[in-house]
Amino acid sequence: MQRTTMDLWVGLFVMAGIGALLVLALKVGNLGTYSAADSYTLTGNFENIGGLKVRAPVKSAGVVVGRVTDIQFSTETYDAQVIMNIDSRYQFPKDTFASILTSGLIGEQYIGLAAGGDEVMLKSGDKMMKTNSALVLEEMIGRFLFDKASEGDGNENAQKN
Amino acid sequence: MPRRIVTGIQGIGHRVIDSIWRLGYASRFFLLTLLKSGTSLKRFGLIIRELYFTGVLSLIIIIVSGLFVGMVLGLQGYETLQRYGAESAVGTMVALSLLRELGPVVAALLFASRAGSAITAEIGLMKATEQLAAMEMMAVDPIARVVAPRFWAGVISMPLLAALFSAIGIFGGYLVAVVLIGVDEGSFWSQMQGAVDFRYDIVNGVIKTFVFGIAITAIAVFEGYDASPTAEGVSGATTRTVVTSSLAILGLDFILTSFMFRGMG
Repeated sequence: MQRTTMDLWVGLFVMAGIGALLVLALKVGNLGTYSAADSYTLTGNFENIGGLKVRAPVKSAGVVVGRVTDIQFSTETYDAQVIMNIDSRYQFPKDTFASILTSGLIGEQYIGLAAGGDEVMLKSGDKMMKTNSALVLEEMIGRFLFDKASEGDGNENAQKN
Repeated sequence: MPRRIVTGIQGIGHRVIDSIWRLGYASRFFLLTLLKSGTSLKRFGLIIRELYFTGVLSLIIIIVSGLFVGMVLGLQGYETLQRYGAESAVGTMVALSLLRELGPVVAALLFASRAGSAITAEIGLMKATEQLAAMEMMAVDPIARVVAPRFWAGVISMPLLAALFSAIGIFGGYLVAVVLIGVDEGSFWSQMQGAVDFRYDIVNGVIKTFVFGIAITAIAVFEGYDASPTAEGVSGATTRTVVTSSLAILGLDFILTSFMFRGMG
């Protein structure tokens, strides 16, 4: 079998196709920015995770440092257990504060880490003790209405007296 | 009058039985192609030749339509998203819709009408001019020599073409959104990278294109092989290839999507 120009074109075609796949994987997808190889896992228990989803980013000071890998409901403490993968380039102190935040007004929810001042660093598999739940709009409105109502009652009582 | 009713019912019954017969024949033909593809995989030059005709010659239509689909997605996405002040999410929208749905489906539809019809017409004409019969006379199996290389070339080139379609489409979306309209380039790419997952979006898209490639070329080679050996028969078979494989693509896409992206964020 001898080489023909057809082979050259087919070779170019295959290369272009594989190149397109690579571009999609590295430039468009998150394969280039995040790899599971050099990371460690942390867990945190939250009273309420709101709309947090698996694969949501974990950010510290706005920088993505990891991703949520699993969310489970714990039947021992009756709260949500969130497991996250953190890039091993970033180490956090033992008293790091994890809270569920929202990017923008109606954006996706993510976990924000605020570093504490402890000397000891968190190790893989450690559990973060200080967590802050997601703000649930209904609960906030409910609490606000309740406060207003009790305020109103107080005023009326004060006027009567 | 009753006689007409009887012949009508007979006609319906005949059609149903005939189509079931054809389905069985097609399945047997598909299995036979798989079984006999050993020789064509050994003689890879045959597949390379078919890759040129199905893959390389489809490049132009795939690249041009990918560019335009991406550009339209960029324009329409911007129009809608800027009402909510979320125009920086246009990259995410373009990339996700191309990778998950439009890339595989539109590339497969184009592939079916560009390459699938050509395969059917070629094999059908070979049958009409009795080339397949002549091969059998010379103890050359036409399924191994003619059908299997075309089948494998289609299965190989479909994912590559769809990946090119998506990549060019995203570039088209970038051209319109960033270069033409002026969406911030950094947030265009970074929001896209934040939202597109390698496993869930890209790999699932590639799996879809593999399934579409198998469906299109299996239908195309069967319709060609099954065509009645007349000019009318070949033209009818070519039409059936395009219609059947387009419907198969859309139906399979729904099934695959409901398996892949159920409950995904």
